[in-house]
Amino acid sequence: MYNKRFIIPGLAIFVLFVTFPLWFNAFSTAASTVPKPELPPGGEKQCVAPIAEMRASHMAMLNVWRDDVLRDGDRVAVTVEGKEYRKGLQMACMQCHTNKEKFCDSCHEYVSVKPYCWDCHLTPSLAATKKETH
Amino acid sequence: MDKQRRKFLKIAGATVLAGISAPAVVTLTSSPALASATEHAAPVAHAAPADAHKAEGHGAEQAPSGVRLGMVIDMRKLYGHPELMEKAKAACHKVHNVPEIEGAKSEIKWIWPVPFANGFPEHSSYHSSKVTKENDFLVLCNHCDEPPCVRVCPTKATYRVEATGIIAMDFHRCIGCRFCMMGCPYGARSFNWMDPRPYIKEYNADFPTRMRGVVEKCNFCGERLALGQEPACLEAVKEVGAIVFGDLNDPKSEISQLLDKEPTIQRKPSLGTKPSVFYIV
Repeated sequence: MYNKRFIIPGLAIFVLFVTFPLWFNAFSTAASTVPKPELPPGGEKQCVAPIAEMRASHMAMLNVWRDDVLRDGDRVAVTVEGKEYRKGLQMACMQCHTNKEKFCDSCHEYVSVKPYCWDCHLTPSLAATKKETH
Repeated sequence: MDKQRRKFLKIAGATVLAGISAPAVVTLTSSPALASATEHAAPVAHAAPADAHKAEGHGAEQAPSGVRLGMVIDMRKLYGHPELMEKAKAACHKVHNVPEIEGAKSEIKWIWPVPFANGFPEHSSYHSSKVTKENDFLVLCNHCDEPPCVRVCPTKATYRVEATGIIAMDFHRCIGCRFCMMGCPYGARSFNWMDPRPYIKEYNADFPTRMRGVVEKCNFCGERLALGQEPACLEAVKEVGAIVFGDLNDPKSEISQLLDKEPTIQRKPSLGTKPSVFYIV
């Protein structure tokens, strides 16, 4: 092999450069950017489904609820371990997860999804801005 | 060469003939089976239109079976009380986060008062009584049996809830094409030309608002009925009992008994939409 003294260090530098994200992450002490959604401020531990299921498919469940309520007229509350949850984003989810900005948005912004729920549905903080005063 | 061409033409001719006659042969051979099938089907097919005709021949309109929610507005109890109508409107609009926008083009209304001649153009206003001249009439979505808005909606955002007869809307699906506003002969639908939120005075946290670009209308308080409550407008004028709500198909319900007893009118009955809202004038 000729030009050995250029090629081998060149290759080494290239490999180091390509694997930079891996070892940078491994040795970095900076805080993780993985979102940590805020747990319900009220201290509720129970949700309508196990955490893993809620994380993976809450959006599908909301669609099912929507169709139940609107299309099939099935507004019967979901009862989990004695607690009743009325089917609805505002009526169930936001009752415990009262802070949309710290709960919903933390993951949605991280994965860059922009659900259009809030075009119509009211967040608790927004609903509180125009509340009955008398 | 010549010989081959002749052969080719013969075969081609035979094939064309066979092709043309094949469908005829198929229908000829299968016709006995068909005939026997129609023999059984025929009486049924003939009977259906005959029955329908019989029903149509009588004066009474045939109502669909099952629960059909309807409303009777006893205007006699509202004459001279425009404030009660405003109260019903305010109650409804508050419960459903309806914005208050000025102007005939942009305003959003679920229930509102109109003069008799506007609300009931088919009913003669010639030599009409003083009360109909001087009073407004409370109008809202009629939740028709034959809803034109449902027929024209391209996304099925407006649909009939079979269990109750309510003409409901799924705002998630509405694309804002406004066909339903063209279809509705009662002007019961309003379009959100702008973001309605700045025009909402008080939020009801249990109900969503709408966004710019969707149509909205009265939903007969479907969400309140589910909780065992009465429609908001009914509740607002409960002190005079001007509005009666219930199942039109249940002969024991208060509303059916009231309809049996009192002569009522509907808005634009000749259009055949079969409104579920009745008026005692």
